[in-house]
Amino acid sequence: MKHRAVHQLKRALAPAAIGTSTVRIPPSVRRSYSTHPPNARLNLPVDYATTPLLAHSSQAALSSKELPEDVRNGPTKKMNLFQAINDAMGIALAEDDSVVVFGEDVAFGGVFRCTMKLADTHGADRVFNTPLTEQGIMGFGIGLAAEGMRPIAEIQFADYVYPAFDQLVNEAAKFRYRDGSCGRSVGGLTVRMPCGGVGHGGLYHSQSPESLFTHIPGLRVIMPRSPAQAKGLLLAAIRSNDPCVFMEPKILYRAAVEQVPTGAYELPLSKAEVLKEGKDVTIISYGQPLYLCQSAIKQAEKDLGISVELIDLRTVYPWDKQTVFESVRKTGRVMVVHEAMVNAGIGAEVAAAIQEDPDTFLRLEAPVARVAGWSIHNPLIFEKFHLPDVARIYDNIKRVLDY
Amino acid sequence: MKSRALRHVPLRRAALAKSPAVPFALRSASSLSQRPNSDYVSFPGALKSAFTTSLRFEAPESYPALPTYRVVDQHGVVVDQSFQPDISDEEVVRLYRDMVFISIMDLIMFDAQRQGRLSFYMVSAGEEAVSIGSSSVLDREDVMFCQYREQGVFKERGWTAKEFMGQLFANKRDPGRGRSMPVHYGSKELNIHSISSPLATQLPQASGAAYALKMQRLQDPNVNPRVVAAYFGEGAASEGDFHAALNIAATRSCPVIFICRNNGYAISTPTLDQYRGDGIASRGIGYVFFAVREATKKAREMALQDGGKPVLIEAMTYRVSHHSTSDDSFAYRARVEVEDWKRRDNPITRLRKWMEAKGIWDEAKEKEARDSLRKEILKAFSEAEREKKPPIRAMFEDVYEELTDDLKAQMAELKDMLDKYPEEYDVAEYEGGKDSLKP
Repeated sequence: MKHRAVHQLKRALAPAAIGTSTVRIPPSVRRSYSTHPPNARLNLPVDYATTPLLAHSSQAALSSKELPEDVRNGPTKKMNLFQAINDAMGIALAEDDSVVVFGEDVAFGGVFRCTMKLADTHGADRVFNTPLTEQGIMGFGIGLAAEGMRPIAEIQFADYVYPAFDQLVNEAAKFRYRDGSCGRSVGGLTVRMPCGGVGHGGLYHSQSPESLFTHIPGLRVIMPRSPAQAKGLLLAAIRSNDPCVFMEPKILYRAAVEQVPTGAYELPLSKAEVLKEGKDVTIISYGQPLYLCQSAIKQAEKDLGISVELIDLRTVYPWDKQTVFESVRKTGRVMVVHEAMVNAGIGAEVAAAIQEDPDTFLRLEAPVARVAGWSIHNPLIFEKFHLPDVARIYDNIKRVLDY
Repeated sequence: MKSRALRHVPLRRAALAKSPAVPFALRSASSLSQRPNSDYVSFPGALKSAFTTSLRFEAPESYPALPTYRVVDQHGVVVDQSFQPDISDEEVVRLYRDMVFISIMDLIMFDAQRQGRLSFYMVSAGEEAVSIGSSSVLDREDVMFCQYREQGVFKERGWTAKEFMGQLFANKRDPGRGRSMPVHYGSKELNIHSISSPLATQLPQASGAAYALKMQRLQDPNVNPRVVAAYFGEGAASEGDFHAALNIAATRSCPVIFICRNNGYAISTPTLDQYRGDGIASRGIGYVFFAVREATKKAREMALQDGGKPVLIEAMTYRVSHHSTSDDSFAYRARVEVEDWKRRDNPITRLRKWMEAKGIWDEAKEKEARDSLRKEILKAFSEAEREKKPPIRAMFEDVYEELTDDLKAQMAELKDMLDKYPEEYDVAEYEGGKDSLKP
């Protein structure tokens, strides 16, 4: 059953599949999956080809001050998210013999193509399939890391990480702590997993369990929003001496395309990025919803004559409080946006920290808003009412301003 | 099943695209799996499985129970005439003393826990030969993962009473820095990973570690060939991690030896409630020091063959002690049964009888050994009890490689509390007092 769903997702993620089909599909059936209501003004599909959140030119890609000098002077290449992740793993495998890549179906390239050609290039000893066991994959990775390797383990969908939870919580996260002055750790371990809604993933191909990991001391939890960012953050995670959970929004694997520097570079962990400066409201998000925030901001700024600051957390734990506090002290109004359920989500932690910091609390002019998934499971045909969309983000900007 | 389906579909499609004679290609593909009049078919999931017309389900009863390998009997008499000890008499005496050390330490610490002088303890009575016998034939460089009833391997690899006591009393000599419960030993020097309470989690880790050793030797042939040994009880073998560990070790050809201590009980649960198969694996008597040694020696050799392979040893013993200091085992088993096992079979007396028959041990030596070991343990005990605890700061360290901003802030917050409410906290026994919390 799991495998059938993978096929469906792969087919759906391939944009050309429906267009080239010779089967005539009535337009009304097609619309329910791929388009928007005819009169929608806010809930329009994200136009990844024009969004300012992606670097559409080489110049834009190289302008980041976080890139090292040689990379900024080097070439770029157009990549989507899965290609950038593949590129990062290719670099890691090439530069460090202790890096190994494994998981279910990674040898032929992975069900999302993230490990394409890595086995051919780096050998079947270093890029290989495991039996279908998430707890086995995680335990195996911990053992490799405990003996000084830098394993990159893949969990096929974040929805299937739970069998590996014991290994992550009780073993990976506590390994350094319990080993004490012996000094051994599994810091070389990186666990990648596709996450988030994809339009039709239902209960078990849509989840965003990041807040479950942020409640585990010892783990770093990272979610990139774009190809260039994914490459830099993944390389940082692989080289980090703490175990990292790297969550990849699968809806962006093919959709998000941008110019990515071809050299090896890291982006800092636990450091947020201010994507757009503003003075009236701060929006904090990470991963795919940033694109929805961007669309909502564009409309809100046009309609209301305001300016909104947009912050990408990038690492959701340990997260960058200072950047967030500074922004909120400036704007006085703030909302947090994420796909996962609102209760005890990342928004809860960010909101609590904002009100807990005396200087930031005093500057608050409205309650901290959370725009997130409802407190339900991700239901197949109701997803568009469940996950935060442009309209809900737009409406919350207005509410925060009107308070 | 999933991976195969995904991999084969695109392959088949590619073949179709390349070949002009599509139907022929398809027919030849199917004839590959079954020749005319063949009495078997090579399903991808089971190669060379013969057809049969008799419907018969496999049943464990159709097979005899796996035999149990032994070398000497309970009187210390050698029953395997081909057996030749591969170590010197001095070495046997050293290992015997290690076994006695563990059994004396167990008695002392069990009582100490009963007196409330440490929070918890677990003895390994009756299982000393499993840990010490197996450890003694492994290379010191071989990596070990333990469950918690393997004190013997730490002793055999060279831990002294002082080191045991440091961990048990969680004082400043504890390598675990006072964070884990007693008996959760770990030593980088001895190549033994720190013990954690969750059962069987160490098993897939052992497979991964063995794969790491294999890779490191592939990448640098100057590295010595090494294996991983992973210990676990028969109860832990019911965990999913056991299943995962063996399967992944086999598919990745990992040089790992899984050593199961089948002692009949998981806390109160008898093996009858644990499994209905014939135990865990290929077995040997866990009481027979030499049987454990021979089996582990052979296992190590096999584990390193053909680029590495996993081996499973099931050492049959009986848990003569309570599960832990938090357990009264007479609530679920008869005292007489335990006494019976203690009297009938004991790894220490069995080896002692063998040594006495060989003329390398006698009553006087036994008394001297017991007295001096007891003295050594008690001395370390009282020293450890008086030793300072690790600094309070240690509670915040090693969560991450570096202290995070949050942890630094929380450390300062705790320091403030200790400053503000000095009467509420006793910090004197911690090295450096509350000053260790200064940034």
